Amino acid sequence: MTNRLFRTVLTLLTVLALWQALVTLAEIPRFILPGPLDVAEALWSNRAILAENTAFSALNLAQGLALGLVLGIETALLLALSDRARRALRPVLVFAQAVPVFALAPVLTLWLGFGALSKIVMVALVTYFPIASALFDGLMRLPQPLEDLARQSGASRWRSLIYLRLPNAKPAFFSGLRLAVTYAPLAIIIGEWVGASKGLGHLMLLANGRGQTPLMFASLIVLAIFSLALWLAVDALARREDRSLS
Amino acid sequence: MSQITFQGDLRLGARALISGLDVTIPTQGWTALLGASGLGKTSLARLIAGLPTPARLDGFIPPDPMTIGLMSQDGQLLPWATALDNVTIGARLAGKPPDPARARELLSRVGLAGRENTRPAALSAGQRQRVALARVLYDDRAIIVLDEPFSALDVLTRQRMQDLAAKLLKGRTVILITHDPAEAVRLAERAYVLHERGATPVALPPEIPPRDATNPETLTAQAALLQRLASASEASIPA
Repeated sequence: MTNRLFRTVLTLLTVLALWQALVTLAEIPRFILPGPLDVAEALWSNRAILAENTAFSALNLAQGLALGLVLGIETALLLALSDRARRALRPVLVFAQAVPVFALAPVLTLWLGFGALSKIVMVALVTYFPIASALFDGLMRLPQPLEDLARQSGASRWRSLIYLRLPNAKPAFFSGLRLAVTYAPLAIIIGEWVGASKGLGHLMLLANGRGQTPLMFASLIVLAIFSLALWLAVDALARREDRSLS
Repeated sequence: MSQITFQGDLRLGARALISGLDVTIPTQGWTALLGASGLGKTSLARLIAGLPTPARLDGFIPPDPMTIGLMSQDGQLLPWATALDNVTIGARLAGKPPDPARARELLSRVGLAGRENTRPAALSAGQRQRVALARVLYDDRAIIVLDEPFSALDVLTRQRMQDLAAKLLKGRTVILITHDPAEAVRLAERAYVLHERGATPVALPPEIPPRDATNPETLTAQAALLQRLASASEASIPA
């Protein structure tokens, strides 16, 4: 474990050293490609606005994710419980999934404005499909021996859902959540690029427009760290659930 | 409760798997249905238990599924639940409140005292079948169908499980479906050899089951049964 950590840190330091060397030796101008030292300086001196904008984006992401989760889970449960709902909604889901959500960003900004709402809706849209589809899949894929058990016990559809299908669907749900969490930060950033007055993506664009490339890079790094942290959190949660199987 | 009979052909679509069946399963006691693999024994078990299967048996009216307790080779354990929860799951699925004290007692009777909170992944194959057996006992159905529940176990574990099942299911109506002549001879009061042209009743030694595996009578009967089984399946292989 510590061996892997050591190797990761070593790799990171090597990359940073090479990056700085490239910038220094090739004398690349700061506004094209800043070196790690310049970026670190920008990170530090702009830490207040970075923090503020990150918090804003993060809050919207959280709300969008919560919305996507609630709608996604409800959809999956409804489809699993009702044959009629399944027949009616399945083609709609398939069609809707074919529409690239990021292409909707300008439309959403037009309809919902520059504020938080359009971003929240974007995140909700992007997280809804992976969660609903993965959970639904997991709910329907009950292994035959357990289907038999339900029948042998005379279980109602509802009880079969609670005691068998839901626990069985947990791994599938987490796959969907992992995917959703991979797309969510992208949705926020693209939404903010299209039109925003606040947020990390907005800051990136602003810095770029003013030629403050180190700040842009700093924002990028903060975004990357944030996305990674989010993904790792979900992964850790999923792994903890997995461990409860043994 | 009346006895179960099946007569006629066991079909899969247009093809007859077993034709000319004429089997009577009396109440109380173990009846073994012995047959080679691939014959359709599990289809028969599923038909009796009321589970979906493409196989059909002419004129067979299955008993009420709620009166049948099925124990299969798989054990049907929930991987995410403890042994205790696995024992009570049948009842909970039926909407009945669980009785953990009774479940604990049954787990103890199958030799798993102290393992109530263990999950299936941490149990051996034999131990998992013990949990399955405890569940069968917990559900307490009138007719028990054992569909090759011990075939995946090693010889010693299998013997121990056979003895345990024989002890705990004594006096109940048990249909034992198996491909192992030794198992049939050790545990059954009545036995049929299943083959493509029907079911032939066979005589078993007078010793009360579970029969002693080392008893010469048992071994002779076992050998005879094995021969019967072999010739039955040979006869159905086209020349």
